[in-house]
Amino acid sequence: MDLHVLWFVLLGVLLAGYAILDGFDLGVGILHLSVRKDEERRILLNSIGPLWDGNGVWLVTFGGALFAAFPDAYATVFSGFYTAFMMLLFALISRAVSIEFRSKLDTPAWRMFWDVSFCVASAVATFLFGVAVGNAIHGVPIGADGEFRGRFVDLLPPYALLVGCFTVALFAMHGSIYLYLKTEGELQRKIHGWMWRAFGFFLVLYLFTTIITLVDPATAGLATRNFRVHPWMWLVVVLNVLAVANIPRAIYLGRPGYAFASSCATIAALTFLFAVALFPDLIHSSLNPDWSLTIYNAASSEKTLAIMATIAAFGMPFVLTYTSVVYWVFRGKVRLGKLSY
Amino acid sequence: MQFDVVTLSRIQFALTIMFHYLFPPLTIGLGGLLVSLEWQYLRTGDRQFEEAAKFWTKIFAINFAVGVATGIVMEFEFGTNWATYSRYVGDVFGSALAAEGIFAFFLESGFLAVLVFGWDKVSKQMHFFSTCMVALGALFSSVWIVVANSWQQTPAGFHIVREGLNARAEITDFWAMVFNPSSVHRLLHVWIGAYILGAFFVMSVSAYYLLRERHAEFAKKSFHSALTLATVMSLAALVQGDLQAKNVAVTQPAKLAAMEARFETGKGPSPLYVFGLPGENARRVEHGLAIPGLLSFLAHGNFREPVDGLDKVPRTDWPPVAVTFHSFHSMVWLGGFFIAITLFATYLRWRGTLFEKRWLLWVFVFAVPLPYIANQLGWVTAEVGRQPWIVYGMLRTSDAVSKTVVANQVLGSLIIFLLIYVMLFAVWVYVLDSKIKHGPETVEAAPAVTSPSALLGVASLRAGTGGASLTAAEEGPPHPPTKGKG
Repeated sequence: MDLHVLWFVLLGVLLAGYAILDGFDLGVGILHLSVRKDEERRILLNSIGPLWDGNGVWLVTFGGALFAAFPDAYATVFSGFYTAFMMLLFALISRAVSIEFRSKLDTPAWRMFWDVSFCVASAVATFLFGVAVGNAIHGVPIGADGEFRGRFVDLLPPYALLVGCFTVALFAMHGSIYLYLKTEGELQRKIHGWMWRAFGFFLVLYLFTTIITLVDPATAGLATRNFRVHPWMWLVVVLNVLAVANIPRAIYLGRPGYAFASSCATIAALTFLFAVALFPDLIHSSLNPDWSLTIYNAASSEKTLAIMATIAAFGMPFVLTYTSVVYWVFRGKVRLGKLSY
Repeated sequence: MQFDVVTLSRIQFALTIMFHYLFPPLTIGLGGLLVSLEWQYLRTGDRQFEEAAKFWTKIFAINFAVGVATGIVMEFEFGTNWATYSRYVGDVFGSALAAEGIFAFFLESGFLAVLVFGWDKVSKQMHFFSTCMVALGALFSSVWIVVANSWQQTPAGFHIVREGLNARAEITDFWAMVFNPSSVHRLLHVWIGAYILGAFFVMSVSAYYLLRERHAEFAKKSFHSALTLATVMSLAALVQGDLQAKNVAVTQPAKLAAMEARFETGKGPSPLYVFGLPGENARRVEHGLAIPGLLSFLAHGNFREPVDGLDKVPRTDWPPVAVTFHSFHSMVWLGGFFIAITLFATYLRWRGTLFEKRWLLWVFVFAVPLPYIANQLGWVTAEVGRQPWIVYGMLRTSDAVSKTVVANQVLGSLIIFLLIYVMLFAVWVYVLDSKIKHGPETVEAAPAVTSPSALLGVASLRAGTGGASLTAAEEGPPHPPTKGKG
């Protein structure tokens, strides 16, 4: 397999892994203020307690892999979207320290401050991820020299904002199903209601975003161009629709495990469709398609891609093994104890 | 000084990385301690070791979380502020970064969950294994980041393709890149610095407990092992630091000249300044005290050959001399202090009077900022001494910034970083302080505790926590109401 394509696929896998795993803990953050009692908030927090840090590593590794495999794309995106990335950083820092510090002291004002910070930071980070994806599908002004040629407002077209909102709804739904799995009793009954509402929001935005993507001339051609060459990709579209449809079915039948699996599959399929819309570009230039940064003109040397592939082949089995072990150790309902947040 | 994109980006990077570097050395140092405590618990079954391991795990976890949160910043800043640099080094750093992410970060953060939250969920052996993996992960991540940084100091195993500002380095030999001329020296120095810091941190907390007569057994155990580590590592820093300076003399002569404020090469042996005020324009050191010939001896091993001065380097390629000189000299002074105080304490320990010297314990309580400062000063020497290059001799710092970013953007983010970090620093100190004042929890029904003094320790701890139920969530009143004041 072409090493450039291989690294495009691996970045997609890292991104999907990140969206599925950090997706549910960002979703828990978005829903955090929906409960009022301190104990319930602690249960929410501790449902992701041992896992959120490891989930975040998928993003760090995605960023590192992008830097390493496609340094020109990394440099253009990060410098061109300077302000957006700084906002994302501030959100991620606030989120991490909110989780860590919130329960360390027992004054209501202290806890309220970190609760709000946790919720807002989770929502902002999710929204910005969505905006980034929206921009990538929509195309950004990239000049002939491969540098960003625009202003901050150019990064906020309505389409990107729409995808931002869609991502918030998607992660909120994903997080609510996760919480349903991890809770019991009265809290779980409350969350049952949230699942339906979150799914409703998600479904409306899902349909709306899909229609806009296919109707808007700026996105329609790009989003579908690879389907003409590779008709088998329609299978993923079918899978996506089935996964979405299975979420309410599984909730209705009282099988939250299936609902969560379907939600994971939905996110994986959406990531795949996003990658298909991009390929073989990494960033599509809205000024001139020839100026797009592709997996060939923005890449590291073949030698580096090969060395990295060796490292990944050697390391990934370990990563998957101990990630599974950790998830297995922390399976089951949340119980608050001495070690909890 | 002009506040353009280059200056502001340098200030921002300095701020964010120096703030970040408050955390990794402690987690590297404490990682080793946790492994040793849990190993002793496994071997002896003495639950005091478990108690101690649990306490230090909490301290470890707070530092680890803030370290991770502030560490992502650097990965972003390479792209946001230093895009030209990223294009230049991406191919070479690629392999190191991939290895860091896959081997180190996943290992650390995955097993950290078991280390912090898994005490009741996995067996003792599995928990010990997790602790080892976290400590190993902390070491691994330092390996790859120091390799990448060392490549910037002493590039090797690459060739240049393309021209002008589009030039970039491409890897030709992976192992030559990893084992570039400075990476092993610098990695050892980073580890030694981290272990000194970890050991002084543990000694500070333990000395505080001893002075307050709380958790005496726990504190003595912790202090003893930390003192051994601190003594060995302080002496190791002396030996290894000398080897490293010899390496700098060969690989980065301009940096060594700035570290020692060596303006003129001259003829005959070169003196070593113990202190002084270097003047870059006057090209001489004022109010200095110099030991004749010592620099020649340290760099070349003889008292004859002169050491190259800055006169051999074009003026435009000079690093800032005063900053490099002072940060290096202050670090060495601090290193001397660490050796002196740990040797003295070791001597008293051998005499059996260590814990009677209350003044010395107070010194240890308040000495904890010093290794932090020494670690920071070492990095300032390394990074400022590399200027004006971002990749030594290849790419200038002033050419490495992003072309599409303007000064106001950087100023804005810099101000927000400052605000967030000041607040974060205050919260970190406050939480750490309350955790330390709270002290270790006693383990339930400790059957292995038999010695009378240990029982007294447990009893005083029970009193200290105000009789709080052992099963209650830990975040009770942060300051025990009855004991430990005054």
